[in-house]
Amino acid sequence: MDIDLLSNIFFATVRCGTPLLLVAMGELVCEKSGVLNLGQEGMMLFGAVIGFIVALSTGSLWLGVVLAILAGMLLSSLFALVALVFNANQVATGLALTIFGVGLSSFVGAAWVGKPLTGFEPIVIPWLSDIPLIGRMLFAQDILVYLSFALFAVVAWTLLKSRVGLIIQAVGENPNAASAMGLPVLFVRTLAVLFGGAMAGLAGAYLSLAYTPMWAENMSAGRGWIALALVVFASWRVWRLLLGAYLFGFASILYLVAQGVGLAIPSNLLAMLPYVATIVVLVLLSRNALRTRLYAPVSLGQPWQSGH
Amino acid sequence: MPQSMNQARLQLRHITKRYPGCLANDAIDLSIQPGEIHALLGENGAGKSTLMKIIYGVVQPDAGQIIWQGQPLNMRNPAQARELGIGMVFQHFSLFETLSVAQNIALAMGAAAGTPKQLEPKIREVSQRYGMALEPQRLVHSLSIGERQKVEIIRCLMQEIRLLILDEPTSVLTPQEAEDLFVTLRRLADEGCSILFISHKLGEVRALCHSATVLRGGKVSGHCKPAECSDLQLARLMVGDAEGLVAQYPKASGTASFLQVDKLSWHNPDPFGCSLTDVQLEVRSGEIVGVAGVAGNGQDELLALLSGEQTLSRSDAQRIRFANQAVAHLRPDARRRQGLAFVPAERLGHGAVPEMSLTDNALLTAFQQGLVSKGLIQRSKVQALAETIIQRFAVKTPNAHTAARSLSGGNLQKFILGREILQSPRLLVAAHPTWGVDVGAAAAIHRALIALRDAGAAILVISEDLDELFQISDRVAALSSGRLSALAPTAQTSQVQVGGWMAGQFDASPSQPDAAPQI
Repeated sequence: MDIDLLSNIFFATVRCGTPLLLVAMGELVCEKSGVLNLGQEGMMLFGAVIGFIVALSTGSLWLGVVLAILAGMLLSSLFALVALVFNANQVATGLALTIFGVGLSSFVGAAWVGKPLTGFEPIVIPWLSDIPLIGRMLFAQDILVYLSFALFAVVAWTLLKSRVGLIIQAVGENPNAASAMGLPVLFVRTLAVLFGGAMAGLAGAYLSLAYTPMWAENMSAGRGWIALALVVFASWRVWRLLLGAYLFGFASILYLVAQGVGLAIPSNLLAMLPYVATIVVLVLLSRNALRTRLYAPVSLGQPWQSGH
Repeated sequence: MPQSMNQARLQLRHITKRYPGCLANDAIDLSIQPGEIHALLGENGAGKSTLMKIIYGVVQPDAGQIIWQGQPLNMRNPAQARELGIGMVFQHFSLFETLSVAQNIALAMGAAAGTPKQLEPKIREVSQRYGMALEPQRLVHSLSIGERQKVEIIRCLMQEIRLLILDEPTSVLTPQEAEDLFVTLRRLADEGCSILFISHKLGEVRALCHSATVLRGGKVSGHCKPAECSDLQLARLMVGDAEGLVAQYPKASGTASFLQVDKLSWHNPDPFGCSLTDVQLEVRSGEIVGVAGVAGNGQDELLALLSGEQTLSRSDAQRIRFANQAVAHLRPDARRRQGLAFVPAERLGHGAVPEMSLTDNALLTAFQQGLVSKGLIQRSKVQALAETIIQRFAVKTPNAHTAARSLSGGNLQKFILGREILQSPRLLVAAHPTWGVDVGAAAAIHRALIALRDAGAAILVISEDLDELFQISDRVAALSSGRLSALAPTAQTSQVQVGGWMAGQFDASPSQPDAAPQI
């Protein structure tokens, strides 16, 4: 296999893993604070359709990105209202949000299906992009991929090193103790949910404005669900999340490569590969029960009210 | 601001708090001087917890006044209380298990105090000054219960502290650990810190506290100097009628061996749980064996293995025997047919279904006593059984159709124990039979256990309360880190000695003297 092909595979792996990484980071922060939001898929699709419509009608891709983020946050604020303020069951609320988001995005986007749009172009950084193998992967991507690198650094630092990360983890592990200590549990959780919504919206914008610049119903193709699984199988650890997201991207690319090379494997089986490979690897990684329990937010999914 | 020498550090005037259906605090008055160790005594449900939550700003009172160093104020939240120099050590620790000691302390102290790393030297200094050695980088889940309590206390001491509130601090400690805690508390008081010590153990209140306020049913039933009062006087203040509190039961020696646990080892798959190592235990018919130990030393695991909620493989069936019949591979219903009855530690959710009526709860474990015929429930018999239990064991409830969760802890415990005893078990395993139960109900439960023993049943009681174990059990042992000490007749040992066993001071396994010590 020649170097060019590998370089291309790496490049495409990152492109393909980016939307997953974005959603999964949002969900990770959300779950670390103890909230399980199953609405990722819905928020992502809504972000994608809003981003596309705004970009196409105003001609500004960036305005599309900003409104996609706001769209994701709008849906997640609905979730926060129902699940955190009214203390509804988080699983049911999240599922409802996904169903709502999928339907709403189809409805809003019905007139925009198949319209052409020039999306974000790659920004090739001179010299650096010429590094063999990893040059194109890291330095010839579009601006949203670079943004995802930066966001990853911020999220990783916040969760692992900062006081904010400590607070999020404390709220997620034991909201009663956190509240007794004077930490604003519901406020922290609401912010975490909104951050999750923003990231899902951004991931949607990446799909409809950069990855495949167009709008199609259900274009997220289950990535919101995969992101949820990624967070669990990554044992709520941010570096494993990165690994899982790119692994998924890599396996998705392999499928295209295998087809290109002409391997006689049924395409349905190949299409399953990314999902199966990602989960198998992360399950193997999360075998150590102690480590998993150390990172899992204990109060995940449990409604909480101050006062008791 | 001028301060007179004998101005109270904290004064409460007519503090009142009402919850739906209960007056938790009724016009409580209380006053604590600087450097004073003040006991807040009372039974479970007397209103102690509510009162200290009010002092710490977790709960707002409906009426009354809090006066802090001469200034009336509204305690809005715990943050304000901490700013004033009030620290609190909760009974159920408010620590985060997945964080390190330093991270836990940093979280409580606010951003201005510094990062966990910056706090480490100060944590070391404070912990050494008060004789509570602690490594700041250790993760809390790897600490023992006693060490976790030290983290809580050090967390309070990191700031300028004027009032330290401790909620039943010794309930999770061995007697020796409790002694160490008292040394620390006395030193703090000498430095001028006031201490509010919440407890229902009379002995330690008398040993430690300068003065006491006693609560009963949400009201102050008396103020006193504990050193000048007898246990009986204090107990009268706590419960009103102290009859039967200090009952002495004759010891028995039992007859034939019924329960045999033989070199039982079990690896706990839960990384935060405790594994059992070479447990050797025997209970004879007609005796009560008590197992002491601080929570988390293998009690839950031993109970699950004895009740059959955790079974062993067929090849290990001999590890647990009832009257020489191997049962370790049997599930709970099969073991019950062999004569087992079981009273678990959690009443609601384990011993009884909270939402179900007492009648239905009676059926749950007694269905093998002729209550089911041809697959159909004999409603009238179940009803009769429930009513018998209620009557025989003086369960206070409107009727047998009341939901289990609406009974008080003591009444539900009497019901569950009654349900098990009426099945005439050959072996009764009871976990923490009087935990959280008021003194009157506890005495009734003890009498019922003694009567069952005298009727010839083998009884195993697992409890954290040494006083209780010494009162009712004929032989006693202690669990420590999943290992069980040898059994000794209660009359020939002392609480100090059993306290040592609870701390692991015994030969690992008498049958294998060369076994390497664990952990």
